[in-house]
Amino acid sequence: MAQISITVNGKVRKADVEPRLLLTHFLREQLNLTGTHLGCDTSQCGACTVLIDGRSAKSCTIFAVQADGAAVTTIEGLAKDGQLHALQTAFWEEHGLQCGYCTPGMILSAVDLLQKNPKPSEQQIREGISGNYCRCTGYQHIVNAVQRAARG
Amino acid sequence: MATTTPVLPKLVGQRVKRREDPRLIQGLASYVDDIKVAGMQYLAFKRSDVAHGRITRIDTTAAAAMDGVEAVFTGAQIAEIVPPMPIGTPFPSPAHHAVAVDVVRYAGEPVAVVVARDRYVARDAADAIVVSYERLPAVVDLEQAMTGKPAVIHKDFANNLAVALVPGGTGVGADYSVDDTAINKAFAAAEVVISQRMVNQRLAPTAIEGRGVLAHYEPGRGTMTIWSSTQNPHILRTMIAAMNGLGQDQVRAIAPEVGGGFGAKINIYGEEYVAAAISKKLGVPIKWVEDRSEAFVATTHGRDILGYIDLAAKRDGTVLGLKLRLIADIGAYNMLLTAAIPTLTMLMANATYNIPAIRVTLTEVFTNKTPTDAYRGAGRPEATYFVERAMDMLARELNMDPADLRRKNFIQPYQFPFATQMGAVYDSGDYEKCMDLALKNAKWKELKAERDAAKAKGRLVGIGMAMYVEVCGLGPSSSLPTGGWEHSGVTIERDGRITATTGASPHGQGNETTFGQMLADQFGVPLEHVTILHGDTSIVKQGIGTFGSRSQAVGGTALHLAGGKVKAKMAKFAAALLEANEDDLVFENGRVFVKGAPASGKSFAEVAAYAYVPVPLPPGLEPGLSDEAFFEPANNTYPFGCHISMLEIDRETGEPKLLKLIAVDDAGNLINPLIVEGQIHGGLAQGIGQAMIEEVVYNSDGQLVTGSFMDYAIPRAIDFPRFELDFTCTPTPVNPLGAKGVGEAGTLGSTPCIVAAAVDALSEFGVKHIDMMLRPEKLWRIIHGGKS
Repeated sequence: MAQISITVNGKVRKADVEPRLLLTHFLREQLNLTGTHLGCDTSQCGACTVLIDGRSAKSCTIFAVQADGAAVTTIEGLAKDGQLHALQTAFWEEHGLQCGYCTPGMILSAVDLLQKNPKPSEQQIREGISGNYCRCTGYQHIVNAVQRAARG
Repeated sequence: MATTTPVLPKLVGQRVKRREDPRLIQGLASYVDDIKVAGMQYLAFKRSDVAHGRITRIDTTAAAAMDGVEAVFTGAQIAEIVPPMPIGTPFPSPAHHAVAVDVVRYAGEPVAVVVARDRYVARDAADAIVVSYERLPAVVDLEQAMTGKPAVIHKDFANNLAVALVPGGTGVGADYSVDDTAINKAFAAAEVVISQRMVNQRLAPTAIEGRGVLAHYEPGRGTMTIWSSTQNPHILRTMIAAMNGLGQDQVRAIAPEVGGGFGAKINIYGEEYVAAAISKKLGVPIKWVEDRSEAFVATTHGRDILGYIDLAAKRDGTVLGLKLRLIADIGAYNMLLTAAIPTLTMLMANATYNIPAIRVTLTEVFTNKTPTDAYRGAGRPEATYFVERAMDMLARELNMDPADLRRKNFIQPYQFPFATQMGAVYDSGDYEKCMDLALKNAKWKELKAERDAAKAKGRLVGIGMAMYVEVCGLGPSSSLPTGGWEHSGVTIERDGRITATTGASPHGQGNETTFGQMLADQFGVPLEHVTILHGDTSIVKQGIGTFGSRSQAVGGTALHLAGGKVKAKMAKFAAALLEANEDDLVFENGRVFVKGAPASGKSFAEVAAYAYVPVPLPPGLEPGLSDEAFFEPANNTYPFGCHISMLEIDRETGEPKLLKLIAVDDAGNLINPLIVEGQIHGGLAQGIGQAMIEEVVYNSDGQLVTGSFMDYAIPRAIDFPRFELDFTCTPTPVNPLGAKGVGEAGTLGSTPCIVAAAVDALSEFGVKHIDMMLRPEKLWRIIHGGKS
């Protein structure tokens, strides 16, 4: 077992974990933060995307021990003081989700995208979220949502 | 009469944002893997790594000895607690065990099961099971399989024929007697015949949430609760009860939040039966969650049907006859609806055209592959693809505009209801109007000029179009072994709020919103006062499920009818309270009042409260406001549309790029256009995926080559242009809503219109047809080898 300390959504979490425990499973099963989803196990689909020290990362291919000392933001930590993040609101307004399974990862990837490029073109948005699969929406309403959030 | 109260807007037809979303965008929803029950143990399956073989030995010793392992079961041991799995079609079917007993018939078929304290230990233990096989020849090639070579997979099914030959169409009787006069006459009169072999390739549905199940048998109560990522919890309940010797009253099935289905979560799977049976045997809750590699082998595939098509016509473009020979590769076993899916391809072979004679024959064949079953569109995209590709080839042969060819052959609006050669009765349609709007939106003439200008510069640009008509809104019960109805319950609570249930269990379709809109309008109350419950058989009394684009047309109608019953009763209470005639009452703006006198009425909540403490009780009334309805449509609905695409192929690399996709769809009346657009977008994405990048590939040993997202391409945001949508509206007479269904539409027109565009782009090379998907290497060979 390895001892880790990870700041998750602003709160320090200490735990003894198996070295092979994936960060996704640490978040989901030990912290009950089940908004982070698993879609593929091979880093293609992005459903497991979280922010690690502010940058998007796929938590299904990171061991919890690798995140030791880091600050992790999951979808549950995105709204502040009861206020939805601009991207959450935009996904809602633009119907950027259907089954909702890819949505947490998609939103967190978009957070990272807009941090790096606050006024992306449509093509840049499409490229920016191409590490995240959505099987329901055909992406068009997701693109609209990111555009809406970028307009502010 | 003027009033100062704000008037509630009518919501049906409005772009209402979804009520499901707040929980989904905050990570607060519960999918099956998010649910925990105390004492829960995890399942892992040991799966066959050969496609066809006889199990000679299974050694579970090391697995059973591992710390944290509760139990290990071989196929023979599972067979003692799980009977062979039932199917939902009338065709003969070989025994199918949830876990293989002696012979494995596809790579990935379960051979043993581990129960352990967590998913890591369960996986380790499954990996520690050693299985030896006597290898048998793998049956992979479809047309070779039909000759019984290189092996017969199921001994009672000679030549691997699951369904030997079913004829349909003109001259075919109900007893399958065949009269060739009409079809022979059509082809004898032909001035031109288009003949082509076409493959509608195998696909993996790939909902981003894989399947998962949590079964909890409580020995003290003798009851089973089963959570599953399913499209139809009531069918799950029926099957789990039957397979475990329980009554349906003793099983509670719950579809929690479901992360996509696309048809692949209709089937009730072996893993669900095994989890339930082991929970019952061990008396502990059992969870199994599929990983992606498992999903590719263990969740049913879709499509995989070969078509030989012959289209007979006059040189002026009049279509005289159509022959279609269908051969479906259904994989190793029949699942719930497997054998029925290609029959929908038969049913829809008439497409949108007046065709005097049609003959379709269908054969279904076992191979050593993952079984097929429903995948978005389920049989109808295949029909559309075959017929529309042939129409496009005919237009090219006759040097006709493909739109003009369609126009010449359309079923006309006055002909509806239209009895097709295939036995369907199309409910309503105006195909020409729909196509004309698509041509207008696409600027068809300018588009052609744009293509010609690009070609003149040496670019390989093409345009394509396709029409589609699909069959939706399944029932009636004669067409579905589950029953072809849907159920709904509506209760006005004592405080005037509304709780409604629907058996149409959604997985992304937004029924909580659309059904809420309908009831809010029906009762004249705010949307926020309506709650739609679904997905739990202990709350939703009866139901069938969400598939075949039926939830609005059938489930929505059941809701509307149940609401109508409750409203009629509530009007009687209101009439007593207001000393008015119930027929004069209006439900509007949160009030019930006599027409023309809103100030004189009572609030909706006051009427509701009176119904629950009815002093005095109006004569002939029971207290309370709750009722239910079943709705069974007399016929299916037949939505239709026209899709147009423009595509460019890189001359150097063969890589295709979709430049435009214009869609005009007609699903009758729309409840929520925002949600409808989302459904169309999603369908288009899957259709474009099939046309351009998706294909399940097996090697000659029957090994799945495309077994992960690294090898099986599903579309990403960069693969699409912005879709341009529009709608015509031809309501259906089949239900009082006039709604036809829209969930699958996008998958129908997109494939043939894109392949037509690719053929058009490559016309200088003399190519007449290209099989999907449009792999760059395939296109490059046409460009650089000059041949298809």
